[in-house]
Amino acid sequence: MSRHDAGKPEQAAREAWLGEQARKPRRRRVVLADSTKSRGKALRTIIELEEQTSVGEKLVRDLIKQQLRSAFGLAFAVLIGMCLLPITFFMFPQISDLKILGIPIPWLVLGLAPFPILYGVGWMFRRQAERHERDFVNMVDR
Amino acid sequence: MNATIWSLSAIVAVAAVTFLLGYVGSRKANTTPDFLVARRAIPATRNAAAISGEYLSAASFLGVAGLVLKDGIDALWYPIGFTAGYLALLLFVAAPLRRSGAYTLPDFAEARLGSVNVRHFSTFFVVCIGVLYLVPQLQSAGLTLTTITGLPAWFGGLIVTVIVVINVLGGGMRAITLVQAFQYWGKLFAIAAPTFVLFVVFLASPHRGTQPISDDGVIRFPQAESITVAEQVIKVRVDEPLTLKVHGEIDGRAANGPVFWGRGVYELSPGTVMEFPAGSPVPVVEGSPTNNYDWTRPQTGGISDLLKTYSLIFATFLGTMGLPHVLVRFYTNPDGKAARRTALHVLYLLGLFYIFPTVLGVLSRLYLPQLLVNGKTDAAVLMLPETMVPNIGGQILGAIVAAGAFAAFLSTSSGLVVSVAGVVSTDIMPGKVRDFRWATVFTGLVAIGLALLLPRSDASLTVAMSFALAASTFCPLLVLGIWWRGLTWVGAVCGLVVGGGMVITAQVISVVSSYTGHWAPTVFTQPALITVPIAFMTMIVVSKATRRRAPADVNQILLRLHAPDPLGFIRDRDIARFGTAEEKARMADDKRRGASRTR
Repeated sequence: MSRHDAGKPEQAAREAWLGEQARKPRRRRVVLADSTKSRGKALRTIIELEEQTSVGEKLVRDLIKQQLRSAFGLAFAVLIGMCLLPITFFMFPQISDLKILGIPIPWLVLGLAPFPILYGVGWMFRRQAERHERDFVNMVDR
Repeated sequence: MNATIWSLSAIVAVAAVTFLLGYVGSRKANTTPDFLVARRAIPATRNAAAISGEYLSAASFLGVAGLVLKDGIDALWYPIGFTAGYLALLLFVAAPLRRSGAYTLPDFAEARLGSVNVRHFSTFFVVCIGVLYLVPQLQSAGLTLTTITGLPAWFGGLIVTVIVVINVLGGGMRAITLVQAFQYWGKLFAIAAPTFVLFVVFLASPHRGTQPISDDGVIRFPQAESITVAEQVIKVRVDEPLTLKVHGEIDGRAANGPVFWGRGVYELSPGTVMEFPAGSPVPVVEGSPTNNYDWTRPQTGGISDLLKTYSLIFATFLGTMGLPHVLVRFYTNPDGKAARRTALHVLYLLGLFYIFPTVLGVLSRLYLPQLLVNGKTDAAVLMLPETMVPNIGGQILGAIVAAGAFAAFLSTSSGLVVSVAGVVSTDIMPGKVRDFRWATVFTGLVAIGLALLLPRSDASLTVAMSFALAASTFCPLLVLGIWWRGLTWVGAVCGLVVGGGMVITAQVISVVSSYTGHWAPTVFTQPALITVPIAFMTMIVVSKATRRRAPADVNQILLRLHAPDPLGFIRDRDIARFGTAEEKARMADDKRRGASRTR
């Protein structure tokens, strides 16, 4: 069964969601009552994005790649950090004998430390992702 | 008796506030988008509190402390994983998912892959995960009410179901947002205040805890203790020989009077009464460390425990992003940037909360060794205040904790009911408000029925199972769908079926084995380490093989998912499907204004 069997009404809803620009690439005229010269330029880039001209497609691909790189980098750092802990404790059980203020170090490492670190990583990602998006908007809106 | 009255009035207060806030929230709720996604107008901080309130379920409020009491330091991986899951959600899913404009998880699948088939499969798994998560909530509600008031176990679950269903009937997502946000702060108070007080009591007590610990770290009863085995057979491991009085059955043979237990494992039938003299070593339920030495040290259980820990990390890190009731709250954000801010705020709120159950778990090791014998460690948090402070102060603290636990059942259950009802009403029924209400009643009935029929196990373990299911089904669907152009609907369906099928099979096998002598290896109780990579591989390989089924408009879709909000590409699918003509016009208008905002 291919997606063309899905039926007409559904296809129509999908086109409404995707926007008509995606369907009929070059026929669309954009008329805005309050348009100004500079805004016309930004809009043209946005239409370029929706029509997926080679320029637009390249811009979007670059943005996605950037965001993915940030996300993957941070996720791997966190995951590897977390996965190293159990094996370290397993290989070197004597870590448990070290104490700070009477509490064994593993209890501090697992009970307290992860939460600020996770928040910090999340904060870094949010900053990076928003910077990428700002750059993208500025580029579109030059 | 006094304690019961205190606790009951605290619970009634929580229920009353829940109704009140639900009523306030639902006054203006009358359209389908109201019920499904609260008109997508929830500010980020309130949404984060609501998400945390919904997420901190019985498993977190009672279960984490109970697992720390039983399993010690290795149980700390649960709160870490529960929190880290939101980091993964923030990194890979939050903003693009909101920008898709979908209103349920199956709707996202259809929007991204352009196939009704994948929508149907997603619906099935949403309902599976929702119910699998809902049942332990209701069962724990029963346990809580039984522990503090002695009412029968079915009563608690029924009460929670009725309150939740009535609230959700009134205003769906609109009604529960305020309730859940309030319940987060309520729960934080209900666990933080007793922790501070009890910790001070512990520091001030003359010999720092009450139990004499022998040199090899075996736990002993501080005073004579009589323990009755409840409805299920339990197995205990004895490390140091002891003599006790037993009335009932040991290993299937009747016993009545003094018994000597050497090292080994003993099976106790329901109804058996054990009487331990003061100072006797504590037998520990099978599968948990028997002495404090192993309990304080991480990873003493050998390779299989190590693998189990990794599997748990995997399941919770990747599973959170596939939980439908969590995701549905992200659709209520105004835009992608707000979704990201919400997820970050949740990380902070959860980190704040999870410090406290750990402390309570450690304290209960000192004061409540009897729970180790019958394994009912979920009750530790509820029993601790009165055991440590046996006067009116302890009773009030106990009432606060009971109210917090009750809030946990209410908020999680309402989130689950809304998400399941939303999916059922829009995918199986036409999706009008009336259908949503019927779906709510139906979901409530199914959940309470299953909760009464199925045997109870630790809340955290059952919940970990639904994390494994979510991690093996929706996590690959979302991550690949959002970041990889090549995903096709055939690949997605195959991945869902293979991943979900394996987890469900593992669950069935481990349940069967728990009835027939625990023969299944631990990988069946925590299968994520194997099933998640297989689900990912299946999706990728099948998608590559069916490359021509990829939607032709995949580039436009990915643009929509990733384009920054000011460019105005967001189109809300709920308005496109259920909205009035006026709302549709406004949506088109918003888009145009959004475009001009790029200036």
